[in-house]
Amino acid sequence: MEIPYTVSTRPDTGLWNAKVGIWLFLASEVMLFGGLFSAYIFLRIDAAPGTWPHGLLNVPVGTMNTAILIISSVTVVLAWAALKMRRYNAYWWYMLATITCGVIFLTVKLAYEWPQKFEHFGAFIKPDALAKYEQYLGNERRLEKGLEPRIQITGHLHSQNATEYEIALDPVNADPNNPAMDRPHFFPLPVTDKIATVEKADVQRATMFLPTHSAYFASYFTITGLHGLHVLGGVLVFTYMWLPVSKKLYQRNPEHLANRVEVSGLFWHFVDLIWIFVFPLFYLL
Amino acid sequence: MNNPPDISQDPKEYEEYAHGVQKHVRGYLMVGALLLTFTAITVALSYVDFGTRKANIGIAMLVATAKAAAVAAVFMHLAAEKRLIYRILIFTGFFVLGLFWLTFFAWFDYPTFH
Repeated sequence: MEIPYTVSTRPDTGLWNAKVGIWLFLASEVMLFGGLFSAYIFLRIDAAPGTWPHGLLNVPVGTMNTAILIISSVTVVLAWAALKMRRYNAYWWYMLATITCGVIFLTVKLAYEWPQKFEHFGAFIKPDALAKYEQYLGNERRLEKGLEPRIQITGHLHSQNATEYEIALDPVNADPNNPAMDRPHFFPLPVTDKIATVEKADVQRATMFLPTHSAYFASYFTITGLHGLHVLGGVLVFTYMWLPVSKKLYQRNPEHLANRVEVSGLFWHFVDLIWIFVFPLFYLL
Repeated sequence: MNNPPDISQDPKEYEEYAHGVQKHVRGYLMVGALLLTFTAITVALSYVDFGTRKANIGIAMLVATAKAAAVAAVFMHLAAEKRLIYRILIFTGFFVLGLFWLTFFAWFDYPTFH
């Protein structure tokens, strides 16, 4: 059976069918991500002072990944333009570049950024025990400056026994009264050699930086995870269009392949567009 | 920016067509460079203290919206699209605003915790 209007346009809409289909799909995607962003805003504005972490993600790596996605958006549109000009070789290279960008993005996220978080540890101190850990929190100075209190001690879990955690401290807790620690750094500072002993009885909750750590990390892993699945989907579709099987379609009907690349490209640009909001919300603000 | 039209089989027209698409390619490259520049600006602005966290968030979201608009208008060809696509997007915009409208009013809810 011949599927109608894959290349030619329908007289009533002026569009070929797949284009209407992808836009309807993207409309549903807007609602999906809209719901998640809405939940993020709700969680954030309702977070008690000091509970919404700031500066825990690696900004240079996030910036690099943003640049990679933008470059891939350019290469996919160039791949489509190359097909429109019937330059298959150029299309092949642009598509390869797009797939490579997608794979790099996913590798950085899954093999570097996420595992780094899984190794990091945070202990939320009970409100009545905060003063006891003042040397790691620096809240007296923060109160004077009108800054939100610190309620968490973070770093690498050095060791633990039945009653205590030993934490190799992050610089923010190792030197809490240093004004340079009031704002996040562009280049992440490594964990220090300074070890803090925190009694378990003084801890409200302590976990690695997992979705269970806080509403922040729950939102971060959910939204970046769903976004990552979209990137993976795009990479798989592009790979199919890059393989020899699609060259056969090109030889049979080049405009059909160009249309396929256009709709999958629209999806890819949408994925880029979502990241444009994810990046500042989670990494910078 | 109009989308490149369908290709012509006439060799002379094809040459003109390829030249037209080439012009679009330059536009795509320029928008790509602009997006990269604005990414650097977003990062730089996040280290500037605009007084309150809300002000910083507002400015960053403004830059992000400008970037998203460039992607939608140029890469996704929304600057010149058929009416049906706009109709789909108007509906989408209406419902997504409804979603954020609820979140906005939840802000004024009676505080039950903290």
